Amino acid sequence: MHELSLCQSIGQIVRRHAEERRVTVVHLKVGQLRQVVPDTLVYCWGIVNEGTTCEGSVLDVEHVPAAIECRDCGASTLLEQMRMSCGSCGSSAVDVTAGEELLVTSIELQEA
Amino acid sequence: MGRFHRHDDGTEPDHDRVDVDHDHAHGVGHADVGDMSGYETGTERVAVLEAIFDENDRVAAANRADFAEHGVRVVNLMSSPGAGKTTLLRETLVRLQGRTRVGVVEGDIETSIDADRLEGLGASVALVNTGNGFGGECHLDAPMVRSALGRVPLDDIDLLFIENVGNLVCPAEFDVGEHARAMVYSPTEGEEKPLKYPVMFRTADVVVVNKVDLLPHLDVDMGLFRRNLAAVNPTAQVLLVSSKTGEGLDAWLDWVAGV
Repeated sequence: MHELSLCQSIGQIVRRHAEERRVTVVHLKVGQLRQVVPDTLVYCWGIVNEGTTCEGSVLDVEHVPAAIECRDCGASTLLEQMRMSCGSCGSSAVDVTAGEELLVTSIELQEA
Repeated sequence: MGRFHRHDDGTEPDHDRVDVDHDHAHGVGHADVGDMSGYETGTERVAVLEAIFDENDRVAAANRADFAEHGVRVVNLMSSPGAGKTTLLRETLVRLQGRTRVGVVEGDIETSIDADRLEGLGASVALVNTGNGFGGECHLDAPMVRSALGRVPLDDIDLLFIENVGNLVCPAEFDVGEHARAMVYSPTEGEEKPLKYPVMFRTADVVVVNKVDLLPHLDVDMGLFRRNLAAVNPTAQVLLVSSKTGEGLDAWLDWVAGV
């Protein structure tokens, strides 16, 4: 849905770090709770990079599963469905501990 | 070590450049090191570790600081298209006229129709059309709201409503500097919507179930809706409202007063 503007933000971050050098791969972490469609992201990445040092670069998306931790019993639960209740005791006093990531972790640059 | 990889804080790490080795150690350690392994010779891998929303969140914090400086409380109003955000807002402005000084930032992909509907009720309304040549952004982000703030007299208002673009997906992702998020839901949308759009429903502090005057005519099971909502957002407050009949608007105004 907003993959185009995400790609513009990613491009800004990447080019700031790449400093005019040609970018070959961009590594991302995308949490399950982020509403990002990887295929759309890759498609938009190709569009926004025409004529830039990122043109032709590959987006490598690492998917991070969502997890919650129970404030009552301390158990961790992987979220297969979006149900905010502890898989162990059923409490709804839970905190999200993973799945909200959305970051550029590293980039690969061509040797000059 | 010919090139420098400048960091945001202006410091230059002592490992500006890491020649590629073939050690595929995965996982990122701490911010300065990260995974420096490359995939092929001829490339150099540079750790970045920057959240993609950093820029948005920085601007959101600036918005929030401006709101605080002027003593303005801010509600981000979100819903699908047609759930009744603008009608709820209109009835809210009618009731707050002369009591609370209100401003509105009105987000729409195109047209000033919604902004026009809110004219003449004592509130200052700043329109943001999100059309950008690509067909229009599906949400308001913090820079868009910031661009509208020049047209909102923060000195002269106590409460600001940011009416987001009608959409159950993207607006949930963007902090715009608000203090609370209100979601408008119409029972005609069906009981399952919290499960289909969990990120949006999870982000709401209050869910205004609007158009409750229609309930006698619908087969919708509001108990099931509440259970679905509780599954994704156990702490959300639910208010039953009809902007048409005025039912429940006092409770809504009480909630707004507490933001």
